[in-house]
This record gives sequence, structure tokens and C-alpha cells, in this order.
Amino acid sequence: MATETHGAEAAHGAAEAGMPQLDFSTFPNQIFWLLVTLVVIYFVLSKIALPRISTVLAERSGTIMNDIAAAEELKLKAKEAEEAYNKALAEAKAQAQQIATETRAAIQADLDAATAKADAEITAKAAESEKAIAEIREGAVESVKEVAKDTAKEIVAALGSSADARTVTAAVTARMKG
Amino acid sequence: MATEAHGSESSLVFHPMDQFKVTPLFGDGAVHWYTITNVTLWMALSIVGVILLLVVGSRGRAMVPSKGQSVAELTYGFVYKMIEDVTGKDAVKYFPYVMTLFIFIVFSNMLGLLPLSFTTTSHIAVTGVLALLVFLFVTILGFAKNGTKFLALFWVSSAPMAVRPLLAVIELISYFVRPVSHSIRLAGNMMAGHAVIKVFAGFAAIAAISPVSVLAITAMYGLEILVAFIQAYVFTILTCVYLKDALHPVH
Repeated sequence: MATETHGAEAAHGAAEAGMPQLDFSTFPNQIFWLLVTLVVIYFVLSKIALPRISTVLAERSGTIMNDIAAAEELKLKAKEAEEAYNKALAEAKAQAQQIATETRAAIQADLDAATAKADAEITAKAAESEKAIAEIREGAVESVKEVAKDTAKEIVAALGSSADARTVTAAVTARMKG
Repeated sequence: MATEAHGSESSLVFHPMDQFKVTPLFGDGAVHWYTITNVTLWMALSIVGVILLLVVGSRGRAMVPSKGQSVAELTYGFVYKMIEDVTGKDAVKYFPYVMTLFIFIVFSNMLGLLPLSFTTTSHIAVTGVLALLVFLFVTILGFAKNGTKFLALFWVSSAPMAVRPLLAVIELISYFVRPVSHSIRLAGNMMAGHAVIKVFAGFAAIAAISPVSVLAITAMYGLEILVAFIQAYVFTILTCVYLKDALHPVH
């Protein structure tokens, strides 16, 4: 009996000082409050927290998806706009090229016409001038002949002999031809 | 009694297990099942923590989350991804239960690390009930979902016919040992770490050792923060694994 009491006391002592975890008298208390806590947490989570967070997460992923789709669309639009711009640019370039070519051709034609006209005028002027020069040369020869005749007559007279005007003229003419 | 005797013999007094005592919060009577004890207080504080993190933290419902909301969302995503990856997509309907377990254990573990606090998850009564809840839930769900096919879990069809009965016995034993290992792992980890910190703290009474003691406590505390989280994670992921057995009992 004494040993029994001692054994019971020892067991009690172990529960007190050893491991409170093995003090079975506190088990109902812990289990009761644990169940209360779990039920409360479960309801807080399933009624408030989890639906709210999942809604927020779903909304966010939805928004991100929408934004990505919108970005994709805008990108496509930008590409289209770029293509349209490039097309317009190419067209404008072609048009400019054409206009430049036409203008160049027109200028060339004008230039050619002007050149031809100028050439013709120059030719005409040259012919006229040649004619004038020929006339002048003719005139000059005539004058020389005249002067030579007169001078010859004078020289002959000065030499003291009268000379026949016709002879002198003939002589001068002959001389000038030579 | 033993510590009293020990205390009278030397100046070093160790009470590493006193922190785990369940005591009434008001008065000094017996602990009945309804008595408001320190267990009640710290479990209530874990509820407050859960509400602060997941309800108050997410109250903004912001598209761009605040810091609190980010943590709430991370916690949600962490457990959600765990159950989705480990158990499968068809198990996400059990997500609130798993989340309840995880969040309760993680808050109890972390609150237990506060000085002068009481660690509810260091008690085998608490972790045992948690593990038994998981065990019963998984077993009942397994039979409800698969009927007798659930027993295929114990019949290793990939093994030779001759050893299958033997393996079935081993599998059966391991199945029933699950709640034991599940609960003792958590309670043991929590208890051991806190007890070791207390022992180091007891050594601080000797002036020459006290700097080493303080350093050791600091190091243990850092380790314990890690353990507190990892044990919650382990408990939850094992729950997911057991749940997978119940939903897909193919061995």
C-alpha cells in the first residue's frame, strides 16, 4: 500500500513538474477551447476572409488580362497606323518623284526650245554680221581703190606729168588685184 | 516537487516545463473543461491575429494591394497553391479546412515565441486533436468518395502477390500511426525548442556564462522562428498528402 501511494505520488509529481503535456486533467479544457477556436477561425475564413481575398485576386487577374488584351489591341492599331503612314509616305514619295520628273522634262523642253531659238537668232545675227562685215570690207576696198587712185593721180601730178585718169585707174585696179 | 527539491540543492533553478502549464486565468481553482485558462487566452489571441491579418489586412480590397493585403494574399496563395499542387485541382473545395489548420498552427507557433506567452501547439492534447480531425476527415472522406476501393490504399498492386498481404499489414499499421506522428512531430518540435530556450535562460543566472547564454538564446530564437513556420508548413502539407490518398487511393 505504501508503495502504491508512493507510485501515485510520483506519477502526480511527474505530471506537475515533468511534462504538463501529460497532465490529462487539463485535456478537456484544451480540447474544448481548441474546437471553439477552430470553429471561429473556420467561420471567419470561409465567411469573410477567403471569399474576399479570392474576389480580389480574381478581379486583379481579370484586370491584368483585360489590360494585356487592350495593350495587344493598341499594339495592333499602332502597327496598322504605321503601315498606313508608310503607305502614305511611299505614295507621296512616288508622287514627288513623278512631279520632279515631269518638271524636269518640262524645264528641259523649255530649255531646248529656248536654246534652239537662241541658236537660230545667233545664226541669223551671225549671218547679218557677216553680211555687214562683207559690205564694210567691200566698202573699204572701194575706198582704198578711190584713195589709191586719187593718191596715184596726185603723185603722178606731183611728179609733173599729167596722167590719164583711166590709165591710172586701170593700173591701180590691176595693182590691187595683184 | 522534483524541481523544488533540486532548487534547494543549488542556485541554478531550471523550470523549462513550467511555461507549458495550463492554469486558470482568473482565480486559482481546478481546470474544468469550461474554465477560462491561458489556453483560452492564447487561442483567442491567435483568432485576433487571424482576423488582423486576413480580415483587417484585406479590407481595402485594393487592385494594387497594401502591405497588409499583400501578406494576406501571399498566405492565401501559399496554402491554395500547396493544396492544388499536392492534392490536385479537385481538392480546392477543402481549401477552407486546410487553411484553417495552417493559419491556426502558424499563429499559435508564432504567438508562442513571444516572451511570457503560452504555446498552445506545444501540447499533445491540441496537436492530437488536430491530427485526429485530419485522420477522421480523411478516412471518412476516403470511404465516402471511393467506397471499398479506398482499401486499395493498403493493397500494393505493384508488389508480387506473395508479399501483398504482408505489405497490407504494414500499410495498415503505418496508416494508423499517421495521426500519432502527425501530432507528436508538431508538439515535440514546439516543446523542445521552448524548453531549450528556457534551459539556456536558466544558465544566464551565472554571470560568467550569461553572455554565451544570451547569444545561445538569440540563436535558438532565430531557429525557433524558422521551426514555427516549417512545422506549420509540414503539418499542412502532410494533411494535403493524406487528403490526396483519400481522393485518389491508388498505391
